[in-house]
Amino acid sequence: MAKYTYSFYPGCSSEKKASASNMMTSVETMCSKLDIQLNEIPDWNCCSASIGYCGGGELPRLAMNARNIALSEQHNPEQDIVATCAACWLGTRECQERIRQSETILTDTLEVLKEAGLERHFKNEVKVRHMVESLIEDIGYEEMAAPVVKPLEGVKVAGYVGCQTNRPFGIDGESFENPKYLDKIVETVGGEPIEDYDKKVTCCGGALAFSEPEKSFAQIKDIVESAHDRGADLIVTPCPVCQMNVEIYQQQINHQYGTSFNMPVTYYSQLMSVAYGSSAKEAGLNGQIIRAKKLEDIAGK
Amino acid sequence: MADEKKIAAYICRGCELGARLDTDQLANIAQREGKARVVQQHDFLCSEEGVQLIRNDIDNEGVTHAVVAACSRRAKTAAFSLEDVAVIRTNLREGVIWAQPDSEENREITQEMADDYVRMGCAEARFVTRPAANSEAGSSKIILVVGGGISGMTAAQEISKAGYSVILVEKQGQLGGWAGRLWKRTPGKEPFADPEDTKIAQMVQSIEEDDRISVHLNATVGRTSGAPGQFSVDISTASGSTVTENAGAIIQASGFENFDASQLPEMGFGKSPNVVDQAGLELLAKEADGKRIKRPSDGKEVESVVFVQCAGQRSDKEGELSYCSGHCCNTSIKQAMYFKDANPEIETAIIYNDLRTPGNGEDFYRNAQRKRVTFTKGEVSSVETGGSDLEVRFKDLILDEVTSLSADLVVLATGQVPNSGVDVEAELEAETAENDGNQAGSKQEESLSVSVAVESILNLDYRQGADLPHLQHGFSDSHFICFPYESRRTGIYACGPVRRPMDIAQATEDATGAALKAIQAAENAALGRAAHPRSGDLSFPSFRKEGCTQCKRCTVECPFGAINEDDAGYPLFNEGRCRRCGTCMGSCPVRVISFENYSIDTVGQQLKSVDVPDEFEEKPRILVLACENDAYPALDMAARNGNHYSAYVRVIPVRCLGSVNDIWVKDALNCGYDGIVLMGCKKGDDYQCHFVKGSEMAHYRMSKIDDTLQQLQLEAERVSTLEVEITDIRRAPQLLNDFVDQINEIGLSPFRF
Amino acid sequence: MGSTNTAKVDRYKNNFLKEVEENVEEGDWVRMCMQCGVCAGSCPLGPHWDHPPQEIFMMIRAGKRDEVLASDSMWMCTSCYNCIVRCPRELPITHIMHGLANYAHRLGVAHQENPTRRFAQMFWNNVTKTGRANELKISLGLYFMDGFMNGIKKSLAMKKIGIGMFMTGRLDPFGLVQGRGCKGSGDIDKMLKKAFEIEDHRKGYNS
Repeated sequence: MAKYTYSFYPGCSSEKKASASNMMTSVETMCSKLDIQLNEIPDWNCCSASIGYCGGGELPRLAMNARNIALSEQHNPEQDIVATCAACWLGTRECQERIRQSETILTDTLEVLKEAGLERHFKNEVKVRHMVESLIEDIGYEEMAAPVVKPLEGVKVAGYVGCQTNRPFGIDGESFENPKYLDKIVETVGGEPIEDYDKKVTCCGGALAFSEPEKSFAQIKDIVESAHDRGADLIVTPCPVCQMNVEIYQQQINHQYGTSFNMPVTYYSQLMSVAYGSSAKEAGLNGQIIRAKKLEDIAGK
Repeated sequence: MADEKKIAAYICRGCELGARLDTDQLANIAQREGKARVVQQHDFLCSEEGVQLIRNDIDNEGVTHAVVAACSRRAKTAAFSLEDVAVIRTNLREGVIWAQPDSEENREITQEMADDYVRMGCAEARFVTRPAANSEAGSSKIILVVGGGISGMTAAQEISKAGYSVILVEKQGQLGGWAGRLWKRTPGKEPFADPEDTKIAQMVQSIEEDDRISVHLNATVGRTSGAPGQFSVDISTASGSTVTENAGAIIQASGFENFDASQLPEMGFGKSPNVVDQAGLELLAKEADGKRIKRPSDGKEVESVVFVQCAGQRSDKEGELSYCSGHCCNTSIKQAMYFKDANPEIETAIIYNDLRTPGNGEDFYRNAQRKRVTFTKGEVSSVETGGSDLEVRFKDLILDEVTSLSADLVVLATGQVPNSGVDVEAELEAETAENDGNQAGSKQEESLSVSVAVESILNLDYRQGADLPHLQHGFSDSHFICFPYESRRTGIYACGPVRRPMDIAQATEDATGAALKAIQAAENAALGRAAHPRSGDLSFPSFRKEGCTQCKRCTVECPFGAINEDDAGYPLFNEGRCRRCGTCMGSCPVRVISFENYSIDTVGQQLKSVDVPDEFEEKPRILVLACENDAYPALDMAARNGNHYSAYVRVIPVRCLGSVNDIWVKDALNCGYDGIVLMGCKKGDDYQCHFVKGSEMAHYRMSKIDDTLQQLQLEAERVSTLEVEITDIRRAPQLLNDFVDQINEIGLSPFRF
Repeated sequence: MGSTNTAKVDRYKNNFLKEVEENVEEGDWVRMCMQCGVCAGSCPLGPHWDHPPQEIFMMIRAGKRDEVLASDSMWMCTSCYNCIVRCPRELPITHIMHGLANYAHRLGVAHQENPTRRFAQMFWNNVTKTGRANELKISLGLYFMDGFMNGIKKSLAMKKIGIGMFMTGRLDPFGLVQGRGCKGSGDIDKMLKKAFEIEDHRKGYNS
């Protein structure tokens, strides 16, 4: 029996050969070091993300999330739902709260769930949490520091918190304007947080990186530039959309703005995995389009 | 007198004084130079044992003056408030060791500082007498309240509740004022969501039943004379009868009038009966009595109403009000709810520029939004009255477009105009101009503008005029920054919208505060003590008649109207009105005015007692006369926070910069001081001077000292008058250090010998 | 669709605020805006909006129905939630923007050319088809949104990124043919059908 057990909602991007599969690799590594067991919600479905509003309206989107909650409460009773993706966490938690606030919506949701025979499993009582939330609140910085065998000495990290892990719910009651938890995690694993990284909660454009690339690129440019100007070796983030947007468009941004960015963007779980002594592969570093050389060097030591 | 005095000096060694200073040397100085006949040192003077040491000397040795050389006069006040003797505090802790770095190279000049302060304390002691209470104190504790609106009624009730009697004078035939003419009031209690009953009827009834409140309706104040504790007031009624009553203090709650909306022709007021002001709407609502409000022109039930905020106020147009009246946004919200509560389908729009909802108005505002009152940020240009409906033309400031709304009824949110009586300062100015034979056009115009007959509220029998002085925009006097209830007429307090624009909730609070201040003033007066801010002070000014030249400076410069002139033109001090600031003492060119414990000598001898080193030592000496209210505490706190300042300064606290007499400056220059700094409060329109004009007077007087400096062939920079605030704990020491640097640049005074 | 729009216009006459309150997700919050403009200043894409949320709310109150619904403003929302956490009146601005966009979309009066609208609908179709997102199809679908030739151009422009993603194991080249998704996708179909049925009924959409 593991020390910590959660009902796990990986989300679409964490699937094999999906955009955040490297995060998943490192999350698995990190969890094994911290004695965390993740029980995947059987047959979970997409949260429909924020951008689903156009086609999904209100109730159909709630239905998608309610199904996951019901499945979790059915198969992983007594276990908090933990999501690694910001959008999955937000979508599920928002759904939970919206249903709690309105009798009408609850009635409608139950009627919808009946179609899949899930209405009797839907209690809506489970706690819905983000992975970093569980790490900080349940496990704590001290315990997170315990498995560190290769402190990330001299690695300067810009903690890019992004939007949906931060707003509207926030992590551990931290300020929306200047949350510090990523900096603290960086310190916990022996790295050097860039304290005055002023774009840490700036939006990368989210899904609009697809539909409005020019506008999003302007955002991303500011985010990378701010980290670069303050001497960051890499950017770290808890969000798959943030990671993807900030990493993969850097070449295009260089082309467009005449910059020469080559800033690695990794997940917090990758930092932790490396510090915990895992190989580059176990930390998912082979999933970086812009290689995180400093981390690879430490992992290779 | 001097032979009866027995001066003792007590030198504390606590709080590191003993470690930092040579206290034996201080004791020596007190004895030899300070002529102290008893000198004691103690390791912990403010302890029970230390105080007992002093007590014993008083009882057994006949000590009459105790020089306590320890901490600042602002510390340990309870421990050192000894009865029967004059206590002089010498500030060695905040004033010396905390103000100086603890270093070997600083040791000598720190000790010199302490030596001087002991000399100064003993010198002061030689010229101080312990004051006795004013024997002519009046003892009336009845409070006169002028005005029977919500402010006056609240004050009367609060005074009565505290056990004091009230005379309540109201010009109208019934109590209630504007509040009595409202249909409902803005909410005063949780959840601040809906209009509430004004409860004026119950309030009036309870006042009528109150034995301690005597009400005079249809009555005005015909004449007010006297002072706190002994005001004499003629109350005249409409029927022509007059009664004279005594009062200990006075509250003026004469309220406001609504701005005259007929001065806003572009808003349609007067052109269509369907354009009303907020008072007009209250009238319509009272008529409707909870049912649908009807429009005046044809009695049709109103289906759409538009409120125009800031009508004729917050305006830079001639004849309109430049200020915000504070209550009108909440009032419009309330009135919009009159409509929405009667029928939610009635279209109600409030056009505002900035919605200002003080107090708990934010909750009220939110509830109006819930009730679907529309709030539009816009600027109304006109109300067209031509058609059957009114047309409100405005610029939508969010959508940036000129548009219009049609309405059955338009309500103009006009402002409050204070009912504050005669502008006495303008009158005095006009009078002076006339006396001077000044017929310059501008002065004449000014005198014309005040010649419009305004009825006085209080008809004060003071040489300074019939009413409280006016502040900006004609509101009655108040020390609005520091002590909002205080006025320049001791024992007379303005409250409610006559003091500044306000709503019912604020007026209620304001009246309660004024009630307490009035009671305090009457009680202090009965004990012969000063009112705020030297509350409890027993000293009062006296003057040597044989030396007086009847120059009238003291009578003119007293900020509180405490000095009249007798038939022969000599000053006639009215102790009850006196606030003990000493501005009269500072003004007197022949130096005949003094207090028993504060005089030309108590300060003059201190500054003369300082040991000014000869010219070869290159140690400047700077005299600092610091206002005891802000500057002195600021320096104390600076030292407490480790913000050091030059060891060359010698600080003497003064009651107010207004009390600084030129002679101190001249004496100091003659004694060889290299520079003199006057540190007082902020002056001007937003003054922070506790005595209103003191700081300003000092600046004015010091601007004339240049002549003296020239006669002495000294540089003008040697005398500086500075404004500091009590919070300037970094700036005040810096100012002193900068001044010392400046003096070092100029060079030492040639008057040293 | 057009007939639904006409029905709404008839029903609410000039009271667009009421229409929004009754039909748009979180729409009954619109009247609580106090026009401070914090949302406008907090939006990352603020400079690209014709009308920031504050203005949209005022336009709703002023009855500017057509202008609001056809605006591309609310389609600029990146769902960053900055406006929500900063709004002093605690309006769920992000959700209202989504709600307005969805309402305009459902009535068929939304800004036709807006790329986010088209992408968002495509995304919804993609995820609801199998219950999970197929990233390759989403990307390709997006590039080919404006026709075949444009799609080829865009795909080529993005080729490097695609190859990078593929090389690092973060894009599945067989995603086009191989099924990903939930076993219970049939259940999801049924649920969504029901959800739309209820919502269409409640909001009076002609389905």
